[in-house]
Amino acid sequence: MRFHPQYLAAVKACLPVLPGVLAFAAISGVAMVAAGMPHYMAMAMSVLVYAGSSQLATLQLVTSGSPLAIAILAGLVINLRFSIYSLSIAPHLAAAGPRWKPLLSYLLSDNGYAMSLRGYEHPLDPQGKVWYYFGCCSAIWITWQIGTFAGIVLGTRIPAGWHLEFSIVLTFLAIVVPTIRDRAVAAAACAAGITAVLFWSLPLRLGLLVAVAAGIAAGMLVENARARTQR
Amino acid sequence: MTSFWLLILGLALTSFIPRASFITLFARWPVPALVQRGLRYVPAAVFSAILVPELVLTAGSVHLGLDNPRLLAGIVAGAIAWRTRNTLLTIVPGMLALHLFSYLAK
Repeated sequence: MRFHPQYLAAVKACLPVLPGVLAFAAISGVAMVAAGMPHYMAMAMSVLVYAGSSQLATLQLVTSGSPLAIAILAGLVINLRFSIYSLSIAPHLAAAGPRWKPLLSYLLSDNGYAMSLRGYEHPLDPQGKVWYYFGCCSAIWITWQIGTFAGIVLGTRIPAGWHLEFSIVLTFLAIVVPTIRDRAVAAAACAAGITAVLFWSLPLRLGLLVAVAAGIAAGMLVENARARTQR
Repeated sequence: MTSFWLLILGLALTSFIPRASFITLFARWPVPALVQRGLRYVPAAVFSAILVPELVLTAGSVHLGLDNPRLLAGIVAGAIAWRTRNTLLTIVPGMLALHLFSYLAK
C-alpha cells in the first residue's frame, strides 16, 4: 500500500499537535467514565460524536440534572463552529469524489482544520489538497481514539492535581498565536477574547458565539480602516 | 442508560450536520465575497474565545494578578508560541509553568 506524498507530508506536519490531541482525548475518556458510562458506550460516543468540547460540556450538563434536549441544543451551539470550518475548507476539497465527502466531513476537527489551512499556505494541486486534509484529519482521528481509549481504561486514576485539562488551553494557544500575522487578525483575537469573558455568564455557552461574531467584525473593521488609509 | 444513548445519537447528528454542511450538503452554494473575507478571522476568533476565559476567569469571575497561575502560565506559553511556533515546545513549558506558579501562589 502506498500513500500519496501529500498524505505523508500532512501526517508529518501534524506530529507536534498530536500529544495535545492525545491529552484532550484522554480527558474526555476519563470524563465519560466518571459520568457513569460503561466502557463500550464511552468508546461508541467517541467514535459516533467525535467532538470533544461538546462531549465534555453536554456530559457536565446531563450529570448536573439538565434536560436532555437542553444538553443536545448546547452541543449543537458548540458544534456550530464546524459549519464555519466546513464553509472555509470546502473550496479546497472540491476535487474529492462525492462518495468521499461524507467521510471527509466526519473527520473535520479544530486541529485538522487549522493544520490543513497552514498546509495550504504552500501551493498544492487540487488532488494534493484533498490528500493533505485527509492526512491531517485521519492522523488526528486515530490519535483521538487511542487517547480516548487510554482515558477510559485509566478512568479516574489520573490525579486531578496534574491539571491535565490545562493542556487543552495550551494546545489552543499554540494553534492561535502563530496565525496572528497582522493587526486585523490580532484585533479579531483580542475582541473575541474580551467579548468571551464579558459574555461568559450567558446560558448554553452562547457567549462563545457572540465572541466569535465580535472577533470577525473587529477583524473586518480594522482591515477596512487600513485599506482606507493606504489608498 | 437510555438517556445516554439518546444523548450520543443527538450529538452524533448535531456534530455531523455542521461538519457536512458546506463540504457535502451545499457544495455548489457560491460563497459571497463578504463571507470569504470574514472567514479569515474565524480561527483566531474561535480559539481566542475558548481560551481567554480559561486563563482570566476563576470560578466565573475575572481574576487578574500574580496569584492566578493559569494566567501567568498562559502568558509564558503564549510568548513561547510566538517565538517558536511549535506546539510541543508550547505545551510542555506551559504545563511546567502552571505547576511552578501554583506552587509559588500557595
